[in-house]
Amino acid sequence: MIFQPAIIALLLAAGLSLAMLATASPFAVQLIRHWDLGSGSERQLRLERLTYLFSMMVALVCGLQVLSTLLFVFNADKMSVMFVGAMCAVGALNANAYGFPALYAQLALFFFASTWLAINRLDNQARDYPLTRLKYVLLLAYAPLAALVLYLQFNYFIRLEADVITSCCGSMFSEEADTVASEVSAMAPRQAIALFYAGLGAAVLLALWHWRGAGRRVWSGLAVGASSVVAFFAALMGIVAFVSLYIYEHPHHHCPFCILKPEYDYQGYLLYIPLFAAAAAGLAAGVLTLFARRPSLATLAPQASARLAGIAAAGFALFLVVASFMVLSSNLILLE
Amino acid sequence: MNRWIEKQRHLIDFTASSLARRKGKSLGLLVVYTLLVFVLASVSLYTHALRNEATRVLAGTPEVVLQRLIAGRHDLIPPGYIEKIGRVRGVQKIEGRLWGYYYDSVLKANYTFMVPNDRRIPEGEIVVGPALERSRGLAEGNGISFRAYSGELHTFIVSEVLAHESELVNADLVLMSEPDFRRFFAYPDGHYTDIALWVANPQEVRNVGLKLINALPDSRPILREEVLRTYASIFDWREGMMLALLSAAILAFGIFAWEKAAGLSAEEKREIGILKAIGWETGDVIAMKFWEGFLVSLLAFLLGYVIAYIHVFHFEFALFAPVLQGWAVLYPSFALTPKIDGLQVATLFVFSVLPYTAATLVPIWRAATTDPDTVMRG
Amino acid sequence: MLELANIRKAFNQGQHNEYWALKGIDLEIPPARVNVLKGPSGSGKTTLLTILGCLARPTEGRVRLKGEDISGLPERFLTEIRRSTFGFIFQQFNLVRGLSAIENIILPGYPTGTPRARLVERAEALLADMQLSHRRDAKVEWLSGGEQQRVAICRALINDPEILVADEPTANLDSKLSAEFLAILRRLAEAGRTVILTSHDPLVVESEVVDRVYSLRDGRLIEVVDTRRAWP
Repeated sequence: MIFQPAIIALLLAAGLSLAMLATASPFAVQLIRHWDLGSGSERQLRLERLTYLFSMMVALVCGLQVLSTLLFVFNADKMSVMFVGAMCAVGALNANAYGFPALYAQLALFFFASTWLAINRLDNQARDYPLTRLKYVLLLAYAPLAALVLYLQFNYFIRLEADVITSCCGSMFSEEADTVASEVSAMAPRQAIALFYAGLGAAVLLALWHWRGAGRRVWSGLAVGASSVVAFFAALMGIVAFVSLYIYEHPHHHCPFCILKPEYDYQGYLLYIPLFAAAAAGLAAGVLTLFARRPSLATLAPQASARLAGIAAAGFALFLVVASFMVLSSNLILLE
Repeated sequence: MNRWIEKQRHLIDFTASSLARRKGKSLGLLVVYTLLVFVLASVSLYTHALRNEATRVLAGTPEVVLQRLIAGRHDLIPPGYIEKIGRVRGVQKIEGRLWGYYYDSVLKANYTFMVPNDRRIPEGEIVVGPALERSRGLAEGNGISFRAYSGELHTFIVSEVLAHESELVNADLVLMSEPDFRRFFAYPDGHYTDIALWVANPQEVRNVGLKLINALPDSRPILREEVLRTYASIFDWREGMMLALLSAAILAFGIFAWEKAAGLSAEEKREIGILKAIGWETGDVIAMKFWEGFLVSLLAFLLGYVIAYIHVFHFEFALFAPVLQGWAVLYPSFALTPKIDGLQVATLFVFSVLPYTAATLVPIWRAATTDPDTVMRG
Repeated sequence: MLELANIRKAFNQGQHNEYWALKGIDLEIPPARVNVLKGPSGSGKTTLLTILGCLARPTEGRVRLKGEDISGLPERFLTEIRRSTFGFIFQQFNLVRGLSAIENIILPGYPTGTPRARLVERAEALLADMQLSHRRDAKVEWLSGGEQQRVAICRALINDPEILVADEPTANLDSKLSAEFLAILRRLAEAGRTVILTSHDPLVVESEVVDRVYSLRDGRLIEVVDTRRAWP
């Protein structure tokens, strides 16, 4: 166990997310069982008031995931000096088997929470709150996910052992210490570039198409959702396989995290902010079209979905432009 | 969109004016909040600055230092060792180093005597660190005598005082020429204290270390990265311990924030009731309260952080130095290089703003869901 | 304009002190008239007013506003309707202390996202209409009872509502101010606004300004009297 503030902060944030979702769960069960909007009974009024608290909580959880993902990556980067062979965050995350899964679980929770917020927003626009039951069924699924995040993070941190000089006289030479893999494995650049532009280009076009159609076509909405997920992964693979190389101007440094550092002028934020916003919006755009059949959402759902698709298109396009610009302005020559 | 922005502006206006109307309460919260941020930020800024200082100092040191061990104890490097190493691939530069400690019975302090490799000092002259300048009242051109361990008295002329930056390492330093050093300590010719090796490629450092052990089995290579790693974990551990001690304070702050938010005065309750009755929605009141929390947090965070920054970098951490410094008793004063990093700010945020937000969540909701008809049932 | 059908409202439902404040009310409020709910305290007139004014939802029964059923609407939408359709004047005036008259008046306009300049402009017109322009920036706690009353009326009118709801508006006013207030109400009704108020003040109930009086007792409507014959 490495005892340091950022780790305590991360565990605190994960614990808080879990605590909030866990305390919300029993109320969510109540809500699912007794929700009856037609009734003016006091119980119904109480349940309606509760929905405000839950939206606040999920919004906080969502924000917390963004903050703690950043914190997690920065912290891994800072800790990398403590492990033999770890050059940056990737090495520190590879220090045991829980590092990357913890990061992935956090990202999953972020996307779940952001989708929930999109559903919540749509539901709150319809006078009969048609999605309330569904929302709270979903909310029930989030508490276990938050628990998983906490479990993975805790295991990751508890199993970290820094390779330090331990004895005063004996030579603690690092030879016995296992060296961790300091790079993520990457795809060959040529394939990665093809996948990157194909995936993201498709996502932009589909999202634009859906947006132009005012979100009325269910299949195009679903396509936006699916293509956003694909584009998100294609983008991450692309960053690892070639974008990062161009930023570092180094043919072998495949790190998706170092680009966030001041040494590289925080260029990573220019990539990740539009990417994550676009992926979250695109995913939500897809999910929301599923509700267009409900009578009270017949116009609201396509509207909301189209708006989100617009955001997704803009985000992915911005990401593509920024990434291409970074590649073109680099001094590295990767492909002849 | 414009309407939304306009609305948020109204809400911010309203919440700012209501904070101003309740000066006593707002100020009390602000002071406690700022104090918490100040304490946490002071600890964090200080340990980070110390770590940076250590890293900066180490950055100039060789990648590998080789010591000779006899019966597990540090011994002098005998002649011929440097020549043997010369053939290791990847080593850019090798130097035998001469240094040692001297106990000054006048001041009851230890000095580090050293022969610099990067400059020549004429025999009979010395260069001293700022601590000596202060404590013994030395200036350039002064003479000073040290009694050697053999009992002989040696007199030197101070030719220069080292710069004050990074006093952490050079405060107690005394630089002298090699012949003076050997004479003063009766150091046998051809022997060295240790050997410094510079390795160009960081990937090769460990291989070099392994080869050194094979070539000279009685030696111990110490890698710079190992020292760095050890330092880093010691500093982190110290900061972590401080935080663990402060966790009670954070908890107390959370309870305080809860109390403040939950214990709405009759006047505030009445106000929210009025707002609800005249057409504010629960969401509007929540947004208004969110902005209140945002403003208070922002202000407290900025104030606390700035005060902590001044405290650490201009007043040398005067309030808590005895707790954290510990090992730095020998080095009476050193100016830290100011540095702020994102991780540190984000961590601080989690320890101050997050408890506040979490503690006020339920009270805000309670207040915001006041029934709109309460004002009619006065 | 507003129709209630079989409205019932319970408090502390399901507990030993369960209490039905309204036990089945049917009524219809005509537009552009002054309506008074009258009854002894405990008769349920304030509860009825909160339901008429969309401040609360009935436990049972239907509320129709201009033909649309709004009784099942969640608070979020009920508030929207209330904000645009209703203006409220309370017994204690319920102005926010520490704020000036004009700031109090524009408060209901905040959630609509109307730019401040437009809100202030509208508020100034209302103040001028009530001959209160000189008290524009005075803190409300320094205003006289009559002035506070008129600020409260301005606030109720800021979002240009069709219906004005007032709960015991003359309880804190002397006869002269009450008469002035009634005159203002008449002016508003003549301008096409619907006014609903509760009162047990004979000065109000018997006033010639009033078009219709609803008498309540023990949560039931016992009598509806049209006091003015000359309906246009």
